Amino acid sequence: MRAFWAVLVSMLLLIFIWQIVIVSTGVQRFILPEPLKVAQSIWKSRALLAEHALITISEVILGLVLGVLLGMITAIQLASSAWASTYLRPVLVFTQAVPVFALAPILTLWFGYGIWSKIAMALLIIYFPVTSAFYDGLMRTPPGYIDLARTMGSGTWRTMVCMKIPAAVPSLMSGIRLAAVYAPIGAIIGEWVGASKGLGYLMLRANGEVKTDLMFAALVVLAAFTVVLHMAIDRAAARITDRYS
Amino acid sequence: MSTPPGIRLTGSAVIGGAPLFGPIDLDIPAGQWTCLLGVSGAGKTTVLRYLAGLETGATIDATVTLSDRKPLADRIAYMAQSDLLMPWLNVEENVLLGARLRGAVDATARDRARGLIALVGLAGDVAKRPKHLSGGMRQRVALARTLMEDRPVILLDEPFSALDAKTRAEMQELAFGLLSERTVLLVTHDPAEAARLGHKITVLQNGALTATKDPASDPIRAHDDPDVFSCQSELMNLIREDA
Repeated sequence: MRAFWAVLVSMLLLIFIWQIVIVSTGVQRFILPEPLKVAQSIWKSRALLAEHALITISEVILGLVLGVLLGMITAIQLASSAWASTYLRPVLVFTQAVPVFALAPILTLWFGYGIWSKIAMALLIIYFPVTSAFYDGLMRTPPGYIDLARTMGSGTWRTMVCMKIPAAVPSLMSGIRLAAVYAPIGAIIGEWVGASKGLGYLMLRANGEVKTDLMFAALVVLAAFTVVLHMAIDRAAARITDRYS
Repeated sequence: MSTPPGIRLTGSAVIGGAPLFGPIDLDIPAGQWTCLLGVSGAGKTTVLRYLAGLETGATIDATVTLSDRKPLADRIAYMAQSDLLMPWLNVEENVLLGARLRGAVDATARDRARGLIALVGLAGDVAKRPKHLSGGMRQRVALARTLMEDRPVILLDEPFSALDAKTRAEMQELAFGLLSERTVLLVTHDPAEAARLGHKITVLQNGALTATKDPASDPIRAHDDPDVFSCQSELMNLIREDA
């Protein structure tokens, strides 16, 4: 609840500064519209904004879910095979040298203008942080746990499932927190490169039509969604981390 | 539980090119408590971990023979200084850890686990998480988990050393009562603990074993037993002797 009030107060402060800037600099409307204009635009275009927001939200959530799942599977694979961690991990690190944004046009070419190229973009951008955080956790199981498992006659797979994975949950959660920050970036970049729907697309279109207030309206909706997403994932992650440590 | 075997370990260990101990000849009689006493770095934990089949970090050239000629693997239970409770599991699930790791959790196992938890005096805490327990309670859970394994040979690596004096004395009594009839090797750096608990006390010092005269009375001895005092001072003198 306190977090909620903190967000509200900082939002109001931001709007206030925004208004001050407009009044004091006399900046033109099509460069920076007034907060009230943007609010009016949100209300007036609510159906349009909702339609596009739904697309972006689906892209982010699907990208997040698939990226986390894929990251988890990869981390478990890497952690359970010495071969994989020796030969595949460097490949994984090397791929991080390629800026993911540079792949956006290729992803659009491969997956088309629909939501899948954006999901792929969000997925790619979060895949590495999730994999790497979870893998580190899996490799840092307290040695005493492993000793215990050995004397108890546990097999490799059961030790993984009953001990290493639960012990690595807090690390996975810090990866997922990062993923929640990155996933919307991926989806929006994807929409800018080529899309016919979504908030990123709407912003570009409004920009082309010099509807600056609509552009800002889309930005506000996007910001509201990402803030809610961060807060929700942060809370869930904190709870789960507490449960496992 | 099968009949506890006697264990004899002969051999030596080298760590980082320097000899750690040996050649030594350690005899662990069947169904009794053997205390292996030594200062930090003497190699006592290495001996215990070798018997447990765990990584020791040393190169060990040793032979382990059992009185019944059967292998030792799968017949030991291990308890360390740290309780090693899984923070995400409650008391009952922690006691069932071994069964869970072997895929053998069933109603019988659950009943037995609850019985053992009651035996260590935690019947009211089965559903609690380790972080809501005191250090002494956590070590009781670890003891119940060790008992749950129902192995004839018990390897204890300073399991009471992190506890306060009162809790330690209580834990020693509880563990001694519940682990009697088994072959127990207790590694400790505390002469008082060895003097209270050992049927047989052996000191590992400067790479060699010195067997002390077996205490006259049977363990567990009262902390103010004159036997304990004399044994303790003998041990203290022994470990303070320099090579």
